[in-house]
Amino acid sequence: MSTPQPPMPQTAAPNWQAAPGSSYPTYTSPIPVVRTHLGHALASEWTKIRSVRSTMWTLGVFVLLVVGIGLAAAALVAANSADGGVGDENPLSLGFFGLLLGSMCIITLGVLTTASEYGTGMIRTTMTACPSRGRVLAAKAIVFFSVAFVVTLAASLVVALADVSMLDAREPTGQEWLKGTVGISLYIALLGLLSLVVGSIIRHSAGAITIMIGVLLAPLVIALFMFSESLQDLQQALFEYSIPNQLSVFYSQSLSSSGPSGWDPLWIMLVVTAAAFAAAYALLEKRDV
Amino acid sequence: MSRFSVGGMIELEGLTKRYGEKVAVNNLTFTVRPGIVTGFLGPNGAGKSTTMRMILGLDHPTAGQVRIDGKRYDQLKDPLTYIGALLEAKAWHGGRSAFNHLLCLAQSNGIATNRVREVLETVGLTAVAKKKTKGFSMGMGQRLGIAGALLGDPRILMFDEPVNGLDPEGIHWIRNLMKSLAAQGRTVFVSSHLMSEMALTADHLVVIGQGRLLADTSMADFIERNSRSYVRIRTPQRELLLDVLHTAGIMAVQTGDGALEVDGSKAEQIGELAARHGVVLHELSPQQASLEEAFMQLTAESVEYHAHADAVPGGQQRPPGQERQSWGSEWRRS
Repeated sequence: MSTPQPPMPQTAAPNWQAAPGSSYPTYTSPIPVVRTHLGHALASEWTKIRSVRSTMWTLGVFVLLVVGIGLAAAALVAANSADGGVGDENPLSLGFFGLLLGSMCIITLGVLTTASEYGTGMIRTTMTACPSRGRVLAAKAIVFFSVAFVVTLAASLVVALADVSMLDAREPTGQEWLKGTVGISLYIALLGLLSLVVGSIIRHSAGAITIMIGVLLAPLVIALFMFSESLQDLQQALFEYSIPNQLSVFYSQSLSSSGPSGWDPLWIMLVVTAAAFAAAYALLEKRDV
Repeated sequence: MSRFSVGGMIELEGLTKRYGEKVAVNNLTFTVRPGIVTGFLGPNGAGKSTTMRMILGLDHPTAGQVRIDGKRYDQLKDPLTYIGALLEAKAWHGGRSAFNHLLCLAQSNGIATNRVREVLETVGLTAVAKKKTKGFSMGMGQRLGIAGALLGDPRILMFDEPVNGLDPEGIHWIRNLMKSLAAQGRTVFVSSHLMSEMALTADHLVVIGQGRLLADTSMADFIERNSRSYVRIRTPQRELLLDVLHTAGIMAVQTGDGALEVDGSKAEQIGELAARHGVVLHELSPQQASLEEAFMQLTAESVEYHAHADAVPGGQQRPPGQERQSWGSEWRRS
């Protein structure tokens, strides 16, 4: 650096003096200017979700779990029950175990949809391309929810049809069909959407997945260890409102005196997700990317 | 904010960003104009990237504002066709192919898919378009980032440290690219911590240190002001030579390592004087302070991460031309 430096090349003759004031010819792009809207963001998010392998992995494992466990459970029950039937039970309820385990895949995909962009730095590119942060979050939510719902519905429908045909059980009622397929798929997709929103709040994939698995399992596990008399009410509430129990409500026709019943779990999840979404949106607007 | 009628202006007014106690960007006011390459220069941690993120609406300013042709970034309806930016390297998902990465960007702004192929061709990544970006070298990553910036064929382009990780051929390419983009009348705003790089590409220079504006000047002015020449002399008869020079009306300055320095290109004159008075010279060498040194002088006080803090005896700014002890010698060490 101490060597004498040759005179600076003057090739880049600065024409900057001409720039200010006068009508300087500004570049006009030949690309037609488009006023961007939610549709553009949706197309973009759809490309994103289908072009990474984690989507294929999580959804592949999900389908495998739901269908595999669902069919295995039905086969076991069919083989072991004395008269080949399950009596008065709702035959669709055998899909429960697969969906409970599979919901972890949906949680993972939901978290990754938002949080992985923070891990990779993609979020800066995304927000530069679409400065409307609410639109980005909405597009992600719509695309992910649709994918999660369709995949869950397909998987649960396959299991439901197989269960009914394999078991010598009563024909489920229309209401049971609706709750056991569409209802539970909406619930699982909402759970995934909640994960997506938590991912946007936490901005860290592993952290958000851990939190969501905690939300999924902790209340039930904690309730199991509440032996004290004084905590009995709390134990009861934790048990009844735990996500696994809420999932089972979609298969039960019994109206218990306490706890969620009928379509309640769906409304509970809807309210929780909406509140989390509002918080995520407020934080997204407030925080730096 | 309608002071200017021409398009492609980036205007910063009192832009400030604080992270708790630390001030990352401190009251920056300057304008980036179209038709030229504006270099944004500062040492590491000076606040260049933070400023660029605020221009793009990614970070909220603590105070002040930044406008692009009078609008906030999030008010732009067609951001990518208006302003393209290369942010820090690899701001994308490594599992996605280069093509799909650019495709999702294009779709978000309603840009035709065909344009994705065009920019991949422009940056020379067509052959690896379907490959996952995870395996890209740093240079390929920079090219993909530049492709993203060019995607919307925008009138304003911002590049954050574009030559990082590029090979000589790539550096040559990006220099020419920036110049040609500016020649088309676009606004080109490029950050760097290398003065030598800026000297080759930029027409205008904005220098910051510790978030504060240190210079906002044309490159030509900066060169004229800072690349002054001087003569370095070493002699065992220093007192005698000083007397001789003083009689001849030449101002000599003693440097830390015992040498003398004389401003201007007077090597021949000094040599003849020394010969006439029989002074022994061990060295008589014309020198030119490099722009790099001028830049370091300018940002001396604001360098955040000194390599050898103890080896640098203070960085106090001396008025130019006065008691200049071995111009830039402390920088050579650090």
